[in-house]
Amino acid sequence: MKERLEQLRKEALEHIEGAKDLKEIQQIRITYLGKKGPITDILRGMKNLAPEERPKIGALANEVRETITEKIEKKWKELEQAAIQRKLAEESIDVTLPGRKMTVGNRHPLTRVIEEVEDLFIGLGYTVAEGPEVETDYYNFEALNIPKDHPARDMQDSFYITNDLLMRTQTSPVQARTMEKAKGKGPIKIICPGKTFRRDNDDATHSHQFMQIEGLVVDENIRMSDLYGTLEYFAKKIFGNDRQIRLRPSFFPFTEPSLEMDISCKICGGKGCHVCKGSGWIEILGAGMVHPNVLRMNGFDPEKYSGFAFGVGVERIAMLKYGIDDIRHFYTNDVRFLHQFFQKD
Amino acid sequence: MLVSYKWLQSYIDLDGITPSDLAEKLTKAGIEVDGIEMPGEGLKNLIVGHVLKSEKHPNADKLNRCLVDLGEEEPVQIICGAPNVAAGQKVIVAKPGARLPGNIKIKRSKIRGEVSNGMICSLQEIGFTTKVVPKDYADGIYVLPEESEVGTEIVPLFNMDDAILDLDLTANRADCMSMIGVAYEVGAILNRQVKLPEIKGRTSAERASDYIHLKVETPQDNPLYTAKIIKNVKIGPSPLWLQTRLMASGIRPHNNVVDVTNYILLEYGQPLHAFDYDRFGSKEVVVRRAKRDEKLTTLDDVERTLTEDHLVITNGIKPVALAGVMGGADSEVQTDTKTVLLESAYFNGTVVRKASRDHGLRSESSSRFEKGIDPNRVREAAERAAELIAELAGGEVLEGMVEADSLTIEPVKIDFELGKLNKRIGTNLFVDDVEKIIKRLQFSYQVNGESFTVTVPSRRWDIRLPEDMYEEIARLYGYDHIPKTLPMDVSFGGLTPYQKKRRIVRTCLEGLGLMQSITYSLTSEEKYSQFAMEKADPIELANPMSEAHSVLRLSLVPHLLDAVSYNLARKNKTVFLYEIGSVFYSKGKNCQPEEREHLAGAMTGLYVDHPWQGKKEPVDFYTVKGILDVLFEKLSVSRFITYEKGQLDGLHPGQTANILLDGKVIGFVGKINPDMEKWYDVKDVFVFELHLGELLMKETDELLYTSIPKFPSISRDIALIVDREISAGDLQRTIQDAGKDLLKEVKVFDVYEGENVPAGKKSIAFTLTYYDPERTLTDEEVVVEHEKILTAVKDAHGAELRK
Ligand SMILES: [Zn+2]
Repeated sequence: MKERLEQLRKEALEHIEGAKDLKEIQQIRITYLGKKGPITDILRGMKNLAPEERPKIGALANEVRETITEKIEKKWKELEQAAIQRKLAEESIDVTLPGRKMTVGNRHPLTRVIEEVEDLFIGLGYTVAEGPEVETDYYNFEALNIPKDHPARDMQDSFYITNDLLMRTQTSPVQARTMEKAKGKGPIKIICPGKTFRRDNDDATHSHQFMQIEGLVVDENIRMSDLYGTLEYFAKKIFGNDRQIRLRPSFFPFTEPSLEMDISCKICGGKGCHVCKGSGWIEILGAGMVHPNVLRMNGFDPEKYSGFAFGVGVERIAMLKYGIDDIRHFYTNDVRFLHQFFQKD
Repeated sequence: MLVSYKWLQSYIDLDGITPSDLAEKLTKAGIEVDGIEMPGEGLKNLIVGHVLKSEKHPNADKLNRCLVDLGEEEPVQIICGAPNVAAGQKVIVAKPGARLPGNIKIKRSKIRGEVSNGMICSLQEIGFTTKVVPKDYADGIYVLPEESEVGTEIVPLFNMDDAILDLDLTANRADCMSMIGVAYEVGAILNRQVKLPEIKGRTSAERASDYIHLKVETPQDNPLYTAKIIKNVKIGPSPLWLQTRLMASGIRPHNNVVDVTNYILLEYGQPLHAFDYDRFGSKEVVVRRAKRDEKLTTLDDVERTLTEDHLVITNGIKPVALAGVMGGADSEVQTDTKTVLLESAYFNGTVVRKASRDHGLRSESSSRFEKGIDPNRVREAAERAAELIAELAGGEVLEGMVEADSLTIEPVKIDFELGKLNKRIGTNLFVDDVEKIIKRLQFSYQVNGESFTVTVPSRRWDIRLPEDMYEEIARLYGYDHIPKTLPMDVSFGGLTPYQKKRRIVRTCLEGLGLMQSITYSLTSEEKYSQFAMEKADPIELANPMSEAHSVLRLSLVPHLLDAVSYNLARKNKTVFLYEIGSVFYSKGKNCQPEEREHLAGAMTGLYVDHPWQGKKEPVDFYTVKGILDVLFEKLSVSRFITYEKGQLDGLHPGQTANILLDGKVIGFVGKINPDMEKWYDVKDVFVFELHLGELLMKETDELLYTSIPKFPSISRDIALIVDREISAGDLQRTIQDAGKDLLKEVKVFDVYEGENVPAGKKSIAFTLTYYDPERTLTDEEVVVEHEKILTAVKDAHGAELRK
């Protein structure tokens, strides 16, 4: 009996070792451990043994069965793993082939700048005001302290439709309209982006259509220092904290005092180069305290109220920020140009 | 305004201030310096030479062989190509080793076999622009005055050891269009005194009033006219110091009389005009408006036709000058002029501007009148000019000045309070600080406690209001010394719902592959009405720059197609663009047009492009429609939107749909037709356009959660055979209406024509999904609904179930 069991163990283990796939292992299990298998036979035939033999043989039979079961389990796992590995190997691909990219568009660089500026000022409590591209002479000029025959009209050669209608030359008429609507009651805090037009021939630095963003704050006790602080915040947010700013007195009919703001040249760090024409500074905007005539004309009492306004060219900001050298790029819409503004700053 | 640093020193002490210091200080004070030019920089070995002999070059017709004395032991030979070179002339010689502008080096050389020891130079060759070179020497070498000493260095002789500051003046600072004005400004910045020219006032016994009478018929156009007479002048070139100052300022020298008028214009900012008294044609100056169609030939030999808008100086019979703009050719000072009638006047800027515009004549004179001159300098400038003419042209100034004066100059007084100043600027200045600044400006003032009264000098006509004084004080205090603060109110910013939705539209379309473009609002006559959803009259510019941008657009599509065409021509084959912009509907000739905000798109190329996997799908009608459907869903307006077969000029008649919002057309989507493909040189472009304003103004439901289905739904597929003309949209609507309660979704999954479908018919297959949120549906209930639907499509469209 004992020999028979040992023989069985040896035989079974050899079979298991030689098994090639899961099916074979399954067969081996049935052959050796099944209800009709040799071990079951032996256990069943125990009753024919001498009583003192029984426990010994019984124990051995169980031990053999356990050993076989164990080995089968182990082999099963091995073969299963091998099968998985084989399948994975078959499914392997060239991961360096290009992915299936989705076509995704993006904002125009000018809109990008406008939204950035809008969000910046929204954070300071401003709202966004808009107005028509075709304006009346009144809102475009007269309400801004530029009466007919004022020499300042020389500064803006405009596209007229009739004597009284023109393509707006600036976004400032939105200021006049907003003040008029407020009926002499502050505060007003707006930012006005939009398209503007001047009689220019289109070339690398001129465009008959361009975009501006104007800001206007009117309230009691608005000071020029508030303008300075606001402009510095704007410049550092848009162009970076490392840039210096400089204010220069200037002239606009709708502000008094007036100023222009320069930022230090990024290319040369202020030492002077061809981009800043050797000055180390680059002009980026015009601003000033709202002229008392403008306040009065638009229904505000200049004794009680004061305000500031500023205007920036959107193309100019975009050109400086992204290093674009030709203003016409913004309006030809070459997809190779537009797509460059897909990525983050 | 070009300002010579050397010349400016005549009026103000610039000790310790270099030209670049000065430029920086001026710029920071509001007088922007655009650039500094150093005319003599890099020039060397340029001296005065004396041409002893000049003869034809033996081997070249156009060259001359000259023998030139350079003040050295031996005269040298120089080959010169200038036609005007001649023996006896004093000329500018660049010796071997000389350097000329543009870093040109002069070497001893051989020209056609003859040795040349340097070069005889024109003014252009040493750096002057042709514009300022005296006419006689414009096409050849410059000939120096006879008395010039041989061997003298040219750079100091021509005052080229100078720095020329280019001032970019703002419209209000016309006071700086003169050397004296600039000197006052520099004086205020540096806190230094201004030295004015001295006028001695020597005159002859004869009286000017015996020579000339004045009549100003329109005093509002010409509040002050003065005339002086200078007799026995001898016309000739001006001395070099004067010529070089003019040239440095961008003005060409002519002769000693004209040059003096220009010199005083630069010095005082007062335009002057010198007439030849004997050619004036009468003894009376009459200033009046021109008569319609009156003629005047100006100094530039152009005959001008005048109107009543133009102010003229006449001799009582005919115009002799266009007031403030340009003199007439007939009365011009010429080489034989003996007596000069010198005009110094104050003309109204508006009337000067009108004339200068109408005739396209911008002169140094007109630009000063337009921007405003100092009325108090009219007489002083005339006296100084007369004296200088007499000094340089050897004449005598007659006694007195003939005047027509209706000018009243009210001194401008401005009151302001220190407190208000500090409140507006945000500073904390004291009375003392403000006083110091006003003194620097050389304004007279009174101070009473903290109240100031300032009297503004007439040269500063730009200062009229307390705010103007605030600016003066702030700029001289230094803008960069103003503190930085923020407005102290509490307000809440944000976008309007409309603006927010517009950003959503952008983000959504970009996520679906479209790039935002921006095109021009102005278009051409031909394009303005293409693809217009509604016809309207053109809104045309009165003064366009080009035909291509002369009319306001009615549709965004034409310029998007231009952009597509531009891209295709550059081999950018896949172009998906959208634009949000205004279109303009006329409301009648003199009314502001209605501006509607539109959204449009143009798409061509491959929407799916994965070449190595063999997946390529070109954009088609349904791609674009699908994009719009996503957009409508995003804006939660899908349930208000319908499509119907549409028609629009320029679009494919079989591939165009109108887009309706609540049953009203608000846009279209379609393929452009072959005519337009040809016109724009594009192919297979699909476009859409929507009245974005209406779409975004549509009230929509708030976003609220609806529960996830708890019970299973049941789907049934049906294939219907219908006439070819029946649209899927109509079928779908019938199905939806019939299956209202339990029918949750209807989806087209197949459209088929051909084998097994009768001719003229097509098969459309739908998946219908039934669902009840309250319970699980039974098959029996679905069968009942399904039958209702089949009956409805049969009744409405003659649809048969495909077996
Ligand atoms: Zn630089």
